[in-house]
Amino acid sequence: MMRALYLVPLALFLFFAGLAAFMLNQPKQQDVPSQMIAQPLPEFSLQPAIAGMPGVRRADLVGGQPRLLNIWASWCLPCIAEAPHLEALQSQGVEIIGIAVRDRPEAVADFLGRYGNPYTRIGADDISSLMIEIGASGVPETYVIDAEGNIRYQHIGDVRADTVPLLLEKLEEVR
Amino acid sequence: MIAELGLAALWLSAALAVLQMVSGALGLRDGPDGQNGPDGKARAQSYAIYARPAAVVQAFLAVLAFGLLLYAFAVTDLSIKLVETNSHSAKPFIYKLTGTWGNHEGSMLLWVAVLALSGGLLAGLERRLPEKTMSATLAVQGFVALGFYAFLILSSNPFERLPVAPLEGSGLNPLLQDIGLAIHPPTLYVGYVGLSIAFSLCMGALITRQVTPEFAKVLRPWVLGAWVFLTFGITAGSYWAYYELGWGGWWFWDPVENASLMPWLAATALLHSVSVLAARDALRTWTIMLGVLAFSMSMLGTFLVRSGVLTSVHAFAVDPERGSFILALLGLYIGGSLAIFAVRASSIAEGTRFTATSREGALVFNNVMLSAILAIVLLGTLYPLLTEAFDVRVSVGPPYFNPAGAIFAIPMFAVMAVGPLLRWKNDNPGRIQFELKALLAIVIAVIALVAILGDYSVLSLLGLGMAIALAVAAFLPLRGRVLRRVPLATWGMVMAHFGVAVSLFGMASESAFTTERLAAMAPGDATDTGGWTIQLEEVSPVAGPNWTAMEARIMASRGDEEPTLLTPQARNFWSPPQPTSESALITRWNGQLYAVIGDRAGVDARGRERWQIRVWWKPFVTFIWYGGVLIAMGGILSIAGRVRVDLKRRNAKKIAGQRRADLDALDEDKLPEPAE
Amino acid sequence: MRLVIALLALIAAPLAAQNAMPAAPYAYTQLDDPALEAQATELMETLRCLKCQSQSINDSDAPMAGDMRHQVRARLLAGESPEQIRSWLITRYGDYVSYQPEMSATTWPLFAIPLVLVALVGLALLGRLRRRADAGDAGDMGDAA
Repeated sequence: MMRALYLVPLALFLFFAGLAAFMLNQPKQQDVPSQMIAQPLPEFSLQPAIAGMPGVRRADLVGGQPRLLNIWASWCLPCIAEAPHLEALQSQGVEIIGIAVRDRPEAVADFLGRYGNPYTRIGADDISSLMIEIGASGVPETYVIDAEGNIRYQHIGDVRADTVPLLLEKLEEVR
Repeated sequence: MIAELGLAALWLSAALAVLQMVSGALGLRDGPDGQNGPDGKARAQSYAIYARPAAVVQAFLAVLAFGLLLYAFAVTDLSIKLVETNSHSAKPFIYKLTGTWGNHEGSMLLWVAVLALSGGLLAGLERRLPEKTMSATLAVQGFVALGFYAFLILSSNPFERLPVAPLEGSGLNPLLQDIGLAIHPPTLYVGYVGLSIAFSLCMGALITRQVTPEFAKVLRPWVLGAWVFLTFGITAGSYWAYYELGWGGWWFWDPVENASLMPWLAATALLHSVSVLAARDALRTWTIMLGVLAFSMSMLGTFLVRSGVLTSVHAFAVDPERGSFILALLGLYIGGSLAIFAVRASSIAEGTRFTATSREGALVFNNVMLSAILAIVLLGTLYPLLTEAFDVRVSVGPPYFNPAGAIFAIPMFAVMAVGPLLRWKNDNPGRIQFELKALLAIVIAVIALVAILGDYSVLSLLGLGMAIALAVAAFLPLRGRVLRRVPLATWGMVMAHFGVAVSLFGMASESAFTTERLAAMAPGDATDTGGWTIQLEEVSPVAGPNWTAMEARIMASRGDEEPTLLTPQARNFWSPPQPTSESALITRWNGQLYAVIGDRAGVDARGRERWQIRVWWKPFVTFIWYGGVLIAMGGILSIAGRVRVDLKRRNAKKIAGQRRADLDALDEDKLPEPAE
Repeated sequence: MRLVIALLALIAAPLAAQNAMPAAPYAYTQLDDPALEAQATELMETLRCLKCQSQSINDSDAPMAGDMRHQVRARLLAGESPEQIRSWLITRYGDYVSYQPEMSATTWPLFAIPLVLVALVGLALLGRLRRRADAGDAGDMGDAA
């Protein structure tokens, strides 16, 4: 009985060592995934981010085809990298709705002039209210929204060349 | 040349560690002392004889290696990769020096240098243990040291050269360019190393089954010393984070903070159980277990801090590959020692018995409570790691640790107040009835008084009540004694326990009474908090040797005191580029005013530019660290007391020996010369 | 000299670009009602900044943390309770966003283990006292403890 008790510390330690060894070899999870996947988009209404383009309301994401909701900002460097891939998606007929986070109209216009404009509408989210509503934790993020206005998929980080087919596939899935 | 010399010294040290380990282990091979034939014994001694000198020479070499790296940093020798990545010629000289250990490789070198130095001291000075126990201890110590040498040389070579020396270094993390860095981490390392020596001693005693009061007396100064350094280190680290990170928090239960707290908790328990073992020959296996635990916790802390498996605001030199190496060492030492413990522990004879209502009983209770708190901290710290293995991310923070820890801390403080009043072995609680009632009355009175004053959390109330009662209780062991004749070690205990009360008071007061003011202010605007009037005079750019900043000039005054100038800065370091917030503090006996400047906050109605100013008044917050210093000083007094007693005893023995020799001499010449 | 320093300060502030937008109204503005503000601070201290390494939103200068503070204060002002706001955030970000673990399928051991510890300690002490009652002063708290 006593001997068994003396084995407890060793057993606990071995459990920890096993766990630590396992976790050391896992890629470190840095992202905080949204818990709103498969949930309907909450009600919202954002002012236009630049003159000459419409703002975004929830109703703009309901009906017709599934869409992409792209959260970005002119001050975000990875957003520059993802711009051509968003254009590629747009050229394949995908509707992309932009949300500019904490951004000034002139900066947004400048960015679009430089790196292209794949969006049909751009809403200005000056205080990250929509971001928080849909569980986004950073910029950029891209969401697949189905025709009923449900959030179906979240891509964290910039859209790369290999993300394009993935997003197309997800859009097809929820059609 | 410097780098090559340093590396050579390290390799030689490692070789000596092998010699120390092998010769110590061979010294063990031949049965217990005296049971062998004359041949066997002679052989054992002839092997073991190398262990001590190996440890002593190793100490010189490892310290030399560290000295050489220090020199390389002092002269900014950019041909060494470590200097290039962590230093910059424009850095103030003091931070060039502290930069030596402000990085992974350098801090590991400091670690092994202190380890070797401690090993050398142990080998060179300690003569009280049985030779066999000493051999086993030195063998284990050599084994531990060898692991760290291997780690250093194979995966973290601090002396690596660059093929081409660049013209300029890339600088030191600005957060680390602070005098707090100069003292905090090395202090912790010394504490960790002290615990590793305690570990070696415990393993030596366990292997040779010599868990005796004499062993406890040898172990005690190492544990006390390590504990003093850990206490200083945690106190300094907490204060450093408090003023350097710029949000006024002094403890956030961050994984790295917990990593430094856990060895301290284990060492505190060990410290008390060692005292029981030394005084009463009880708690034998428990003491050994704690010795292993304390070292495990310091290794675990190193692992958590450096492997990056947990996310921390203090993340430092994170590298998963090194993490694997530390984990392997952890498995080797801790797994190995726990296995030996499982096999050997039952063969250690049970110590002297005692009742629950005795000094030992109280100490055991506190040991158990400390271990439970340690278990909570460990659980809360590692839990996110466990869930991440299942791809679920959770956060465990103050709302968990505070109440869960308090469940065990409150009974512990209660017993801590009265424990020192109890007698050893068996006591009648009725004897201290008066003290018990008086202390309880104080707790209730303070809680009632504060609860009337305002709406405070239960934990703060309990903390305040217990702190005041503990402060009184700390001095009760002195009652009715001639103060001049109270041993130093007892003074140490009184001071440390009083320090706990002071610190607890600071924590409870800070959490209950802090007031905060956030304001967007233009120069000329005024606001107030906690009885202070704060006026922003101007915000202007300033520059330091390797940074620029926006500095606010704030005049703060309260009552009819002269206004005091506060100059918090929002700094931008340029090498490497990183913004930091430099807080400004006014310290009064009853608290601190803490101010930081944030971002621009637009313009006000009159078109003046406004700035975010954040000011806290934190009543008695400084007591947290005063308490920490008192606790550590108590430890120092205790060490001084023990050493003085030891020296006296040794002197007495010497004098007795002398006298006997004199007497013998007298006996010999049968006819003493008649006095003139 | 002043000018040079001012210029340097501007150059060295590339991160300020993101902050060029004014912060959300309640990111850095306290609520007028001290009791409500105290609730806000208490809640914000236990919500995790998603863009930082282990910091609460109360302690962080990240813009995202400011926007979350705005949500907390605005919602408190609108009459929501702190726990409602916490669960609103947990619905969006999961348990990760709260430093106060909720009892759930993934976190029960956090609460069960302390209880087990209390029970173990309690049982040990109870057993000790009982044994002491049985055997007078010959209780043994030796190495078994």
